[in-house]
Formats: sequence, C-alpha cells, structure tokens
Amino acid sequence: MTTKPKLCYFRGRGRMESIRWLLAAAGVEFEEEFIETREQYEKLQKEGLLLFGQVPMVEIDGMVLTQTRAILSYLAAKYDSYGKDLKETVRINMYADGTLDLMMMIALAAFKPPEEKEENLTLIVKKAKTRYFPVFEKILNDRGEDFLVGNKFSWADIQLLEVILMVEELDASVLADFPLLKAFEARISNIPTIRKFLQPGSPRKLEAAPR
Amino acid sequence: MATKPKLHYPNGRGRMESVRWVLAAAGVEFDEEFLETKEQLQKLQDGNHLLFQQVPMVEIDGMKLVQTRSILHYIAEKHHLFGKDLKERTLIDMYVEGTLDLLELIIMHPFLKPDDQQKEVVNMAQKAIIRYFPVFEKVLREHGQRFLVGNQLSLADVILLQTILALEEKIPNILSAFPHLQEFTVKISNIPTIKKFLEPGSKKKPPPDDIYVRTVYNIFMP
Repeated sequence: MTTKPKLCYFRGRGRMESIRWLLAAAGVEFEEEFIETREQYEKLQKEGLLLFGQVPMVEIDGMVLTQTRAILSYLAAKYDSYGKDLKETVRINMYADGTLDLMMMIALAAFKPPEEKEENLTLIVKKAKTRYFPVFEKILNDRGEDFLVGNKFSWADIQLLEVILMVEELDASVLADFPLLKAFEARISNIPTIRKFLQPGSPRKLEAAPR
Repeated sequence: MATKPKLHYPNGRGRMESVRWVLAAAGVEFDEEFLETKEQLQKLQDGNHLLFQQVPMVEIDGMKLVQTRSILHYIAEKHHLFGKDLKERTLIDMYVEGTLDLLELIIMHPFLKPDDQQKEVVNMAQKAIIRYFPVFEKVLREHGQRFLVGNQLSLADVILLQTILALEEKIPNILSAFPHLQEFTVKISNIPTIKKFLEPGSKKKPPPDDIYVRTVYNIFMP
C-alpha cells in the first residue's frame, strides 16, 4: 500500500495551491501538515527537510521535494499531464509559467497595505484581461480543441482553470469578452476529479496564506 | 542545415544570460537580436511574436519560446543536461529553482535605488552563505563527484556556476568558506564549451552598467 503524499505549508493558498490542484485533478488523495507556529517551522528546518529552508515541501515517492516549480513539474510528469513530447511539454510549461506569474501577482496583493490593495487588484484584473486571457482565448480559438495542448487534458488546463477562478473572485464579469474561456471553465470544472475538488470539504483553500 | 537559435533581449545579462550560458555549455551557436528601443519591443508585441508580450524570447526549432524557465528546461532536455530519469530531473530542477532565486537578487540589483544597492549586496552575500552555498557544498562533499547530479553535467551545474561568478564580481571572497564549491568552480569552468564561453569574444555579457540600465528603462517603462 503506497503512502499518501504529504504536503507541508501554511493553512492557505500561497504557493501550495497549484500543487493541491494538480494532485486533486489526478485523483490523488494527500495529507497536509499545516505550519501554525514558528517552532514548527524551525523544527522542519532543523530536521533538514527544507532544502533551502523554505516551503512548500511535499513528501512523495520516498523523496522530500521543495521549490514549487520543481514539485509541479514532477507531478505533471508523474500523472501524465505533461504532453507527449518535448514540443508539447514546452508549450505546457510556457502556459503554466504565464498563469503562475498572474497567480503570484494575486498572492502578493494580499500583503500590500490596505490603501494600495484596491488599485493593485484593479491592475491585476486589467493584466488578466489584456495580457493573459486573450492569449488563451486565441489558443482555444485557433486549435478548436477542448484542451490547450495536444487535444488532451494537461497541467496547463488545470493552471488556467485555477487562475480563471482566482481572477473571477476579484471581478465576476472578467470572462465577459472571452466566450471560449467561459466554455473551457465549465468544461474543465466538470471533470469528475475537479468537480469534487470544487465542492465544500475538499482540500481547496479559500484564503491567501497568512503572513 | 538547422538554423541557429535567435535570442531577443536587450544587449546585457538580465534574464537572458542563463539561456546564453546553457546554449554555450551545450555547444550550441546562436544569434542575437538586441532590443534597443521601445519601438522595437512594440513591433515584436504587435507582430504577436511574444506570447505574453514579454522577453526573453528565443526562436528555436520553429517555435518562439518565452518564460525563462520554460526556455531553460527545453534547452536542457534537448541537449541532455537534465539527468537520466525523472528523479534526477526533479533534483536538478530543485537546485536550479533555488539558484535562480539567488540569481534574481543579482538581476534586480542594478535597478534598485543607489542608496539601497550596497545594503542589497550584503543581503545577497548572506543569502548565498547561509541558505544556498551550504546546500551545494554538502551535496558535493557527500558524493565526491564533479557534478551536482548523476555524475554528469546538468543545468544545475551551469546555473550554479553562472551565479557564483556573478556573486564573485561583487563579493570576491564569497566562496572562502566553501572548498568544494571552489573546486567545483574551477572544474566546471574548465569544461571546453564553458571555458570558451568564459573567454573574451564570446557571447557572455559584461556586468550591467549605466547604459544597460538606461536602455532597459527606455524600452520597458510606460
């Protein structure tokens, strides 16, 4: 019997949320250790479990993985969500990296002083509508397929759904001019493992990570 | 005959330098089109050559690749610098991600306010000496091999060497407490393709100066 992967992070989205999404989409159950005190964090560091002293950290397949991007790439490859060849993988990587940039802007906004927050969130929605969403709308339009890459569900689709939902939390009408993304959102949300993850009681987090 | 890859970026290190390093280490010749004006950037953006309107962008194998990490992964995978299996690749990936975090401080440094720059050099040195170098020193000490992973050259070695040399430019004795990293620096620098890249006349870019900083502001500031 294989052990479940164990995620180590704060109780919040932060840099771990994309990892939760990927595991959930692959139908993989996992455990979570939530860091709630400084002592807990220092204990992890002393035990040598955090390569560069940082979280996210994931224990999986006998390895202790850190560095968000490295963990995501490992999981994408392991669960066959990384394309069939190098050309597909690089496209998935580019799309995922773009969404991760946008998600990082949103995550960092939580730490801005209150007077800057509103302006910052408006800017993020603008970036989503002018820099990122048009790109994905065009890909779906040009390829006429259900998924972003290779006519097959991949890590890129999970990342895109995740960021769409995050931006919709800031502005519910953000997809008004992107009909294909709207259809994509509905379609990917209905994949059984993802539908389950979107229901209350799942490991999905609703708050940005606490400071 | 295959076309050479073509790099699109200002004439300076920035985020493209790691790509130059990896191509050079892999023995791949490449061309560069240097961005000098806002108009040039606009032209690339209007022509839909930049997926997210940003550089670095690398034309390679009929594709226009963007996002530094994606570019590095592609080149590493293509040129066998990414380990022999998924576990090695993931280890290389973790090391590269950590090193890129440290390199990010160096990349951003010239764009800080002059008053903050000296403080930041201290911060970089501390991070290198306390958080990053001990990890790599331990890895090298424990397996006694020349390379960080799998006893062969990988992306992790190249990016670490790049970062060490960039830090040594600002803090010459930064490796004083790390004998294995000192040996690593010498050994990796002596690999023929890398040795060639370290010689004058190569595509390696000099440390950022005022002209570079001004060019970047002119191109990218609204």
